[in-house]
Amino acid sequence: MNTSDVTKQGVRGARPGREAVTGSAAVAGGDRRGRRRRGERAVVPEAEFRSYYGKPILNQIVWQAPDIAGYLFLGGLAGASSTLAAGAELTGRPALARALKYTALGGISGSLAALVHDLGRPARFLNMLRVFRPTSPMSVGSWLLVGYGPLAGAAAVTGATGLFPRIGRAATLGAGLAGPAVACYTAPLVCDTAVPSWHEGYREMPFVFVGSAAAAAGGMGMLAAPVEQAAPARRTAVIGSVLETAAATYMERRMGMVAEPYRQGRGGALMRVAKALTLAGAAGALLGHRSRALSAASGAALLAGSACTRFGVFWAGVQSAGEPKYTVVPQRRRLEKRRADGHGEPGGS
Amino acid sequence: MAIDEQPADPTAAGPGGGPPRMGFFTDTSVCIGCKACEVACKEWNMIPEDGLDFTGMSFDNSGGLGADTWRHVAFIEQRAPLGFQETGVGRPEREPVDLGMPSFERPGDSTGADERGDFRWLMSSDVCKHCTSAACLDVCPTGSLFRTEYGTVVVQEDICNGCGYCVPACPYGVIDQRKGDGRAWKCTLCYDRLGDGLEPACSKACPTDSIQFGDLDELRQRADERLGTLHEAGVSSARLYGEDPDDGVDGTGAFFLLLDEPEVYGLPPDPVVTTRDLPSMWTYAGAAALTLLAGVGAAFFGRRR
Ligand code: SF4
Ligand code: SF4
Repeated sequence: MNTSDVTKQGVRGARPGREAVTGSAAVAGGDRRGRRRRGERAVVPEAEFRSYYGKPILNQIVWQAPDIAGYLFLGGLAGASSTLAAGAELTGRPALARALKYTALGGISGSLAALVHDLGRPARFLNMLRVFRPTSPMSVGSWLLVGYGPLAGAAAVTGATGLFPRIGRAATLGAGLAGPAVACYTAPLVCDTAVPSWHEGYREMPFVFVGSAAAAAGGMGMLAAPVEQAAPARRTAVIGSVLETAAATYMERRMGMVAEPYRQGRGGALMRVAKALTLAGAAGALLGHRSRALSAASGAALLAGSACTRFGVFWAGVQSAGEPKYTVVPQRRRLEKRRADGHGEPGGS
Repeated sequence: MAIDEQPADPTAAGPGGGPPRMGFFTDTSVCIGCKACEVACKEWNMIPEDGLDFTGMSFDNSGGLGADTWRHVAFIEQRAPLGFQETGVGRPEREPVDLGMPSFERPGDSTGADERGDFRWLMSSDVCKHCTSAACLDVCPTGSLFRTEYGTVVVQEDICNGCGYCVPACPYGVIDQRKGDGRAWKCTLCYDRLGDGLEPACSKACPTDSIQFGDLDELRQRADERLGTLHEAGVSSARLYGEDPDDGVDGTGAFFLLLDEPEVYGLPPDPVVTTRDLPSMWTYAGAAALTLLAGVGAAFFGRRR
């Protein structure tokens, strides 16, 4: 409702904002931040940047968190499980091998289902196999799954039925060799975007992902196999947990301000929970090699930790895409550095 | 399956002497913010209505580019001298034609120049950049996004399966998924009109020639001249954006003349096509895969229980 009146005496009841300086809130405000003098800098320098009404530069990621974070987690679990299952098969640990083969088949089916569910046009899923585009990790991944999926399936089915043992063994080994590729192609998949907190971490992300995958597969082995057979699963879990934690910590250190989303908000909370669960699970794996219950609990913690890592990475990406500063500030710095090095912007001011 | 081969150099004419690369030069210094381009684009491409919003961002009511906004006019209000965007710079000297419109005293006319506050309005019609190295096209797993014979980047809506990968891949925030439809949509540079020898709807509708369509080489030349004229006239804030074939996306097919830093218009200051780092990404991923293989292998050494 408009409360102001224009009368012969002038304007009555005008709103307080009427005399506001036009454009000062967004543009001049941005300027004020942007043009802060060196001397007034706070201890932690605030990011200096200008933007269009604070709107993000990038369009927000349209993927749904349960679908795509689930796709990352289940794919990793499946890939690492296959590799661990192959080892278990070769070293005569049938219970561990069988459990992990089922996990691999279940995981890769779930991963695929999540991906299809996330499509805007699920019926057109097969268009993924229309071309092979080496510049698209999603295309490479789809073709990888075409090779790996049947192997994981054959390994699980022959393991369950005992039929065709030779074929079963070949499939198990094949899936085991393809497993690491399945566990890590999703890292380039998320990093090959303009999302700052994903792209900038492309060097460490594959190590975070394979570490997380190994921790999950190891955890699954601890959960599902008797402790006598689960020693390699426990060791895999510990190796994976350490690798994941170290890679994630190093990634956050190296990325600078773009790492903020891994420490703040939902992404940050999930990353912290992931770290706690993963390290607790690893400790349980080291200590609980006699107790089935402790082993199972640690295994569950490792699985949950791995899932939290994927959700944490997912949300950190969403947070970084949703704020202009993560796009603008690093690019501005890069430009300024280039200009200082003597390569000016053509036509620049 | 087909190995997807993109033309090695989209800057060159198509095979067999196809048409030259076409593009847009958007000269924001003459934009009057009429939004004719937004309307023409919506009309011609039959883009669905996506909400009539009051954004509170000056006269901007479409917010930004997306699945249902392929031309977006940005409005920026600044406390900066108007002289930096004087109308008519570089245009032939001619008396304005009196259209007989009712006139009124302009604010500040009677108070004199000293009393007038500094104020300028920046308006810019944004669009898909039709990058030379287009991330959206690179990451599309279905081959739905492709490079046309005009060097433009177009989505084939009968192929797109709505995987949504192109959305976060675009460094400019252009392409987006349409709600309820599921597929990705963006500017086609009026691919259908070009085929019939027509210019795109937006540039056709632009009353000030702020949006210029044409052969990219010629547009670049025209833009350089325009920039020179503006700099000579003292408009020191004028700069070109996206015309440099050596930038992070190897130059864009739709480039701009801006009057302030790109981020003020909601454009990234130094965009880089994400796939530039992809070879390195695969290398790191390969190393990680081998690490996993070695780690799991190592787990089988040591005590059996
Ligand atoms: S601006 Fe974005 S949507 Fe347009 S061609 Fe470049 S990457 Fe693709
Ligand atoms: S949403 Fe459509 S156009 Fe975009 S990458 Fe996926 S298949 Fe290609």
